[in-house]
Amino acid sequence: MLTMQFLVTGILTGGIYALVAVSIVLIYKATRIFNFAVGEMLALGGYFCYSFVVWGGLPLWISLPGALVMAVIVGALVERLVLRPLLSQPLLTIIMATLALSVLLKGIMLMVWTGYDVGFPKNLLPGKTVLVGMIAMSHELLWAFGITLVAFAGLAYFFMKTRTGLKMRGVSEDHELSMACGVNIVTIFAVTWMLAAVMGTLAGFLMGYRLALAPSYTPLLALKAFPAVIFGGLESIPGALIGGLLIGVIEGLVGGLIDPNLGEVSAYILLLLVLIFKPEGLFGLKRIERV
Amino acid sequence: MTAEDQTKLKVEDLNLSFGSVQALMDVSFEVNGDEILALIGPNGAGKTSLLNCVSGFYHAQRGRVSFEGHDISRFSPSKRAKLGISRTFQNIELYTGLTALDNLMAARHVYIKYGPVAGSFFFGKARREEVENRKVVEEIIDLLEMEEVRYRVVESLPYGLRKRVDMGRALALHPKLLLLDEPMAGMNVEEKEDMARFILDIHELWKIPIIIVEHDMGVVMDICHRVVVLDFGLKLAEGTPAEIKQNEKVIQAYLGKE
Repeated sequence: MLTMQFLVTGILTGGIYALVAVSIVLIYKATRIFNFAVGEMLALGGYFCYSFVVWGGLPLWISLPGALVMAVIVGALVERLVLRPLLSQPLLTIIMATLALSVLLKGIMLMVWTGYDVGFPKNLLPGKTVLVGMIAMSHELLWAFGITLVAFAGLAYFFMKTRTGLKMRGVSEDHELSMACGVNIVTIFAVTWMLAAVMGTLAGFLMGYRLALAPSYTPLLALKAFPAVIFGGLESIPGALIGGLLIGVIEGLVGGLIDPNLGEVSAYILLLLVLIFKPEGLFGLKRIERV
Repeated sequence: MTAEDQTKLKVEDLNLSFGSVQALMDVSFEVNGDEILALIGPNGAGKTSLLNCVSGFYHAQRGRVSFEGHDISRFSPSKRAKLGISRTFQNIELYTGLTALDNLMAARHVYIKYGPVAGSFFFGKARREEVENRKVVEEIIDLLEMEEVRYRVVESLPYGLRKRVDMGRALALHPKLLLLDEPMAGMNVEEKEDMARFILDIHELWKIPIIIVEHDMGVVMDICHRVVVLDFGLKLAEGTPAEIKQNEKVIQAYLGKE
């Protein structure tokens, strides 16, 4: 019974990891850049939402969309000010720039929101813990999971039915070809960063609501998403969902049944194993160049 | 001025360098009416660089590129594609996981106007547009004799056919100027003859100017109306195939002495 409890909690927590993972995957797919500032971007999103709720005293149905709008602006600014000047520079330079961005954002958060923990009021989202048999599911985790599913369904619709989504898929396949077909890839890059910032903000809000927000440890949540991303395959959006859930489950089971400390590192042990035996991940693409 | 001798593309004093390597030096040429122009030259002469400057993949440091009388020097590749400058790639660029047909349809996307809502239900407008574009694509498939491979995934196609799909993709944009980067590289004689025939067919049917970068002198001399010769980033000569064959400088630099 306890196993089931840990399993369910793990799946529900995994939804948040999946959101972070998809934020990384979106950017990697379209631009081949691994965004190391993802943790800071999601924390920033969480803080925006916090500010609207606590400082502004606004209800959640205004605050969360407000935070998402802010995320879109941040995503656009990051792309315009950090990434676009570096277009066609070596990839390593750009990845280092995302590291610099993470330091910068952390500094900004320390200045604005200080280094202390802040939390959302606990009754922000309605509902209370649900009991199914002996298994307890806390309402914030259920909300988190629901929001994750809606976000992924939205992404799926976006990528299959909208022209921008289709263009993004084309661009992630081949930059030069897409340009030759008349796709403005710089615009697509900007949209990608906005979308990634939105996904990150959702995760930041959910994480902040579940625990608390702090510039020091909220960004570390992204570290949890790295194994999820590698496990699912760097280029696969369904992979990000499944990878995220799986990391949640492993962490829940190992942490609950064996040792909480081991639970923290279990995801990384899995990451090492995946890298040794299936480096392209479960759903990633094995790139074979024909010579 | 009749349509035949109207200047479609005008390249003036193009200078392009990568660090200390001067890829193009004061290169100028024109494409008039609906002629087939060949760009030839030894390896590293700057042929592909020049093509990239025309299609916008490179931006020259100095010089101008004008298309149908408008200066397009600063336009992005996507904007030039929308204007009607379409190109193929030396190393074939296709969405390898899609079928030949889908690759051509993807290239038609600039002509598709319907939104996500219409696309979700696929009635009326969306369906009509899709059918219209499919008709255009089918014409191209017909023209390039690709009926057999329509539903084959590009990755599984042999090299010669992929080259053909690449050309179909460039045509699907309904270009006003077609740029072909070594359309016959790595092909056998039969495939080359097919390709030459397709190029002539396109020219005949669509009446568009075509710029070809090609190494096979036999083909160039046969199907092209005019030839521009490049060597180390400099324009060595320009003229009809017959003139080029007689040109002393070209013979020395490129064609070799008998």
